[in-house]
Amino acid sequence: NKNSCVEAGIRGICVGRCKSKEAEIKRINKELANIRSKFKGDKALDGYSKKKYVCKLLFIFLLGHDIDFGHMEAVNLLSSNRYTEKQIGYLFISVLVNSNSELIRLINNAIKNDLASRNPTFMGLALHCIANVGSREMAEAFAGEVPKILVAGDTMDSVKQSAALCLLRLYRTSPDLVPMGDWTSRVVHLLNDQHLGVVTAATSLITTLAQKNPEEFKTSVSLAVSRLSRIVTSASTDLQDYTYYFVPAPWLSVKLLRLLQCYPPPEDPAVRGRLTECLETILNKAQEPPKSKKVQHSNAKNAVLFEAISLIIHHDSEPNLLVRACNQLGQFLQHRETNLRYLALESMCTLASSEFSHEAVKTHIDTVINALKTERDVSVRQRAVDLLYAMCDRSNAQQIVAEMLSYLETADYSIREEIVLKVAILAEKYAVDYAWYVDTILNLIRIAGDYVSEEVWYRVIQIVINRDDVQGYAAKTVFEALQAPACHENLVKVGGYILGEFGNLIAGDPRSSPLVQFNLLHSKFHLCSVPTRALLLSTYIKFVNLFPEVKPTIQDVLRGDSQLRNADVELQQRAVEYLRLSTVASTDILATVLEEMPPFPERESSILAKLKKKKGPSTVTDLEDTKRERSVDVNGGPEPAPASASSTPSPSADLLGLGAAPAAPTGPPPSSGGGLLVDVFSDSASAAAPLAPGSEDNFRAFPKHPRISAGGSEFVCKNNGVLFENQLLQIGLKSEFRQNLGRMFIFYGNKTSTQFLNFTPTPVPRCGLDSLTRTHLNLQTKPVDPTVDGGAQVQQVVNIECVSDFTEAPVLNIQFRYGGTFQNVSVQLPITLNKFFQPTEMSSQDFFQRWKQLSNPQQEVQNIFKAKHPMDTEITKAKIIGFGSALLEEVDPNPANFVGAGIIHTKTSQTGCLLRLEPNLQAQMYRLTLRTSKETVSQRLCELLSQQF
Amino acid sequence: RVWIRFILIQNRAGKTRLAKWYMQFDDDEKQKLIEEVHAVVTVRDAKHTNFVEFRNFKIIYRRYAGLYFCICVDVNDNNLAYLEAIHNFVEVLNEYFHNVCELDLVFNFYKVYTVVDEMFLAGEIRETSQTKVLKQLLMLQSLE
Repeated sequence: NKNSCVEAGIRGICVGRCKSKEAEIKRINKELANIRSKFKGDKALDGYSKKKYVCKLLFIFLLGHDIDFGHMEAVNLLSSNRYTEKQIGYLFISVLVNSNSELIRLINNAIKNDLASRNPTFMGLALHCIANVGSREMAEAFAGEVPKILVAGDTMDSVKQSAALCLLRLYRTSPDLVPMGDWTSRVVHLLNDQHLGVVTAATSLITTLAQKNPEEFKTSVSLAVSRLSRIVTSASTDLQDYTYYFVPAPWLSVKLLRLLQCYPPPEDPAVRGRLTECLETILNKAQEPPKSKKVQHSNAKNAVLFEAISLIIHHDSEPNLLVRACNQLGQFLQHRETNLRYLALESMCTLASSEFSHEAVKTHIDTVINALKTERDVSVRQRAVDLLYAMCDRSNAQQIVAEMLSYLETADYSIREEIVLKVAILAEKYAVDYAWYVDTILNLIRIAGDYVSEEVWYRVIQIVINRDDVQGYAAKTVFEALQAPACHENLVKVGGYILGEFGNLIAGDPRSSPLVQFNLLHSKFHLCSVPTRALLLSTYIKFVNLFPEVKPTIQDVLRGDSQLRNADVELQQRAVEYLRLSTVASTDILATVLEEMPPFPERESSILAKLKKKKGPSTVTDLEDTKRERSVDVNGGPEPAPASASSTPSPSADLLGLGAAPAAPTGPPPSSGGGLLVDVFSDSASAAAPLAPGSEDNFRAFPKHPRISAGGSEFVCKNNGVLFENQLLQIGLKSEFRQNLGRMFIFYGNKTSTQFLNFTPTPVPRCGLDSLTRTHLNLQTKPVDPTVDGGAQVQQVVNIECVSDFTEAPVLNIQFRYGGTFQNVSVQLPITLNKFFQPTEMSSQDFFQRWKQLSNPQQEVQNIFKAKHPMDTEITKAKIIGFGSALLEEVDPNPANFVGAGIIHTKTSQTGCLLRLEPNLQAQMYRLTLRTSKETVSQRLCELLSQQF
Repeated sequence: RVWIRFILIQNRAGKTRLAKWYMQFDDDEKQKLIEEVHAVVTVRDAKHTNFVEFRNFKIIYRRYAGLYFCICVDVNDNNLAYLEAIHNFVEVLNEYFHNVCELDLVFNFYKVYTVVDEMFLAGEIRETSQTKVLKQLLMLQSLE
């Protein structure tokens, strides 16, 4: 038997026989040499031998060795008429040939022949190959052909199955290449096909298409409902081949239920009634005694049940079904199968967010708490935490928070931070009494201090500052907590901050007199890290204001060598400045400078944002927040970048909030993870200001470009800023230009928590109509790292050379994969002709002399236009300077006019430019005149500058 | 957005017996995934669920003697449906190879790929009827 010969050949090179790695490599190299010589030999190999060696190569590759030959032989096998030879050829190509191979043309040719062969086996192999490789080249070649095969009347069922999924693969890879057409309506009718395998494959295809084009596939709803109805009401033997352990067509049922989740509840009452019946039947069957004791039976049955419950939750419209689903899941919570307990907890989490079933879910609280305490699998306990979080409301918050806190003591390290966040959120959200809230957070720090992130302790400070009814209690509580000989550094931070603000509220008690408070804090000082010590120094200067009697003690401390000469610049600077401040400032000035922090603006909890970032927005929802969270997400993702210190009361900066400007950070801004681009813009006021965190309106101020942005005119007069932003990606720019050269730093920030893969940003110059052959701009750049981690930022440097004057700005094309989908973004890069301006100063006399020299009509371009912005002299001046020309003062006889001069540098020429802008306040109009020695330059500069006013 | 990202069959020692990818990964990434999956799956015992969160996805797995059959899907996909899809697949292999063992998968790897393509294609379940799949496999075998 020939086939067993192949097998024997493979056994011959089996690793199992080799004693060591070296021996294996030796054996393989020998085999590779042998195969190579066979392929190179004079004698043409017959198909069988070719197949044998290609198969061996494949085997060697699968063992983990590199293969760099044999591709041609594999392609040759494709045109064989023998199934086995063809199969090995196709397999080799599916596993080993990448899409940009030069062989792709030959391969596509062979596939084309097989598709046309009318031999169902060969057609199947070809379709599977397309589905497995799924490259763009294949989509280009076959996206037209595959739908035809799928809907042709004479296509065999098994080929139809393959064609449906092959088309699905092409649609996922290159949706633009798969045109909707006549076939779409015929595909929907495959839901009625007699062959359940065809229906199974077609349902997947239709579901994917319907997600993108719900209108076109709307008719699939009623067809899916009737198909589902026929399945669930069938007797367990009706479907024969498709009955799995007494469950009729479980996978197809799941797929149909998923398809229905692409749509709202059916509008047609008949369809809707039939669907409700189906769902009721599925719920009823769950109560019937099992037809088999085998786990396969119950798994298959429950797979359908869980999918039905997902659909019920998705519709969220039938209170009766929702409550029944909840009761069913309640039974599973105590099931002996861990899988079922896990899935019930998970599914109940979504039920908890429906108003119809929230109360029903709450009745299971004790079981869930018990799961938290007794489950062996950490992922099950995790689901229990999730569910407790989801079912929490005012009525049970105290119990749930207490249970979570006690679980935290023994919780797995991997989920502690998340539990801390959840406790902090629930404690804040359902606090009736803020003393309870403060106690809870301090407990969190005591139990799991290392897992309490900045967001959490910033938040407790925000709340204490904003609520004067809790300040005295907070001061007393932190004072007591600090008595512990060993307390977590986070407690020192919170304690230091709160006593610095509100220590006076407990100073009346001699047990917590100012000096006692100070000594208590200072006893922790030396064990703390630099940021905490910096914070404590700020507390001390606040004490100087609050308690004049401890001023000398504190001055002594500040004066000490360990402060004034501290190796850390930040600490040293604080010590010097605070000491000086305490010495020279009058009491009044001190009181003003060190005034109590003003309340923080109310905003979305930064902790919630953090949790969302950790878990992804969809997993953190609850009844009251669902709507609000959606609107927040629309505005660009979880956490607005906290650029200034006012975002979170970062004590290292805020206590210093000297006087009226608490937002001005002294020292370096706190690096609190969320701000992707903060560092880039720290020097740019216009970008830093709107980044004020929490305020959604400000966040909207960034331009959003759905496709290529039309003008990008906001960058004409500035070089830095946010170029583009969507849910996933933020692009920032920083650029500098000198003469005809420029350098642009592009910063790509991944706003999600998921990696971007194959990240390829490509800047491309565009040619205007006049320049089919010449390039006006040269752009040089290196590829960036193709993987961008969640929350990370990568930088790309583009070197720019302006060859000659131009009008079309280059385009930045960005492609990447995000969570399995292919993303494509194109943005216009704001490289405009005026970037290559060098300002020229000149006297009034020179200016008008040149002005007259450039009086040729082609040299002058004039534009009269209405003001789009308020006509402010200073802003206008700033814009002209930002535009790149010199602003010439006292040149124009009319002081209301603006004149400018400069030279546009390109590689091939230098063009002198004069400009004059005459505002007419009464008419709210401007007249802008450009005179240069080159018409195209005058034209372009006039266009660019006109947009600015 | 729901489809299988990959199917892996590994033994306890971490040797891969089948790797079927339904998404583009480069070779390094594949190797990393294989190692990570092995690490998360082999530490679990019978009291654990058959599901593990994995990066932004989840792994549904089932152990048969020394072999782990793992399917990676979206987090919101139906766990039990894939758990039984694995079993259905294993029953087909068992029937086709007459009591399948690890070595069958090694030496007949090219046949295993055919079985996979019959049952799963483009990351979706293609055919679930064991009768239909086996009939097709026997027909193909007769062509050899």
